[in-house]
Amino acid sequence: MTVGLVLVSHSEKLAEGLAEVAAQMAPDVTILPAGGLPGGGIGTDYDTVVDAVRRADTGSGVVVLYDLGSAQMTAELAVESLAEPGSVTVADAPLVEGAVAAAVAAQGGADRAAVLDAAVSATGPAELADTTSAAEPDADSVELTLTNEVGLHARPAAVLARSLAPIEADVIVRLGEQEADAHSVLALMALGARKGDRIEVRAGGAQAGEALRVVQELVQDNFGEPA
Amino acid sequence: MGCTPEGVAKAVRAAADVVAEHRAELVELDRAIGDGDHGENLNRGFQAVVAALDAGLPDTPGGVLKLVATTLIAKVGGAAGPLYGTAFLRASTVVSNEPELGAAQIVAALRAGLEGVQARGKAVEGDKTMVDALLPAVDAAGQAGAGDVASVLSAAAEAAATGADATVDLVAHKGRASYLGERSAGHLDPGARSTALLLGAFAEAAR
Repeated sequence: MTVGLVLVSHSEKLAEGLAEVAAQMAPDVTILPAGGLPGGGIGTDYDTVVDAVRRADTGSGVVVLYDLGSAQMTAELAVESLAEPGSVTVADAPLVEGAVAAAVAAQGGADRAAVLDAAVSATGPAELADTTSAAEPDADSVELTLTNEVGLHARPAAVLARSLAPIEADVIVRLGEQEADAHSVLALMALGARKGDRIEVRAGGAQAGEALRVVQELVQDNFGEPA
Repeated sequence: MGCTPEGVAKAVRAAADVVAEHRAELVELDRAIGDGDHGENLNRGFQAVVAALDAGLPDTPGGVLKLVATTLIAKVGGAAGPLYGTAFLRASTVVSNEPELGAAQIVAALRAGLEGVQARGKAVEGDKTMVDALLPAVDAAGQAGAGDVASVLSAAAEAAATGADATVDLVAHKGRASYLGERSAGHLDPGARSTALLLGAFAEAAR
């Protein structure tokens, strides 16, 4: 069972659209939109949020993301009203990036604290700085050329991060001078690696060899893109 | 004379009337520096409160305040819902099951309401929010606390009106208006205005 997500927005369309985007990268995660007023107007509806939070909890807790001011207040009120408020956290995170990062983390089996952490630290390029030399110095490495159409764009980045989630290894992807933690979809996307780019993949840890094998296979297979 | 459940309900109904009368004004104020929904949202919330009171009057003042809180939280849909909702909820908690509220309890309820608004919205004095009306109101109510309910509410309402008017010169640091930065100055804050209107209605009803 994965951690569930609730996306609270003033707009029903915004919440639903974002849930679609995030679900693309996390097919097994319960991601529920809670946007707009019951009549279709702009605003946040307490009952809608409470209902979504209850339904999103499949046993591993829920992380709630919000767009603006009153959405945060409505979310916090909703959480306080629950029988077990301790199983739900409202994340102070950028909504779109946070939802995507949280969804991928949840898909990889992360617990609620780790999903929350993924959401609040989802600030894009800033992650690059944090991940330099995260892999061990004696890590194995392999050089690969991206042959798929879109490069390390959203879907391939998510596929890569998801595939590495169960493997016990630190994996770093390098493109030129930039490095990214291969477990972070946003960091991978921030590299901007395109078709034809040559990336270096370094792995350390107990299953480093397995991690490199998985990455190699994905690249060769064009991340499952139709030929 | 103290404040019975009927008295609190009467004050709340008076507030609903005032909000309805000033709906367009609040919409205009909010349109200038916010998202333009404050008058509409608050009116919808208070009309729902009136309907809930019509359906059945709780048997304590605290019960009435709690009904107002839960209805506003469920029906308002904008920032005013969680903020006023939390204020009324905290007020209802502090007066507990008292059958009748005296001046001291009204002061305590106002103070609890202010603390609720601040806990929920994280605004401080000078941020150009309802806190700028509510905080001076609580102070004034505290100073008038030795008097009766009417004089406490009247002092609170007067201070709230003065505090609200003073938000015109302020630059917003919380809420939607804060996105405007310096351009938010020169406009009356709709939340502070509605707080002054509500307290004015309570004071009028208690007179």
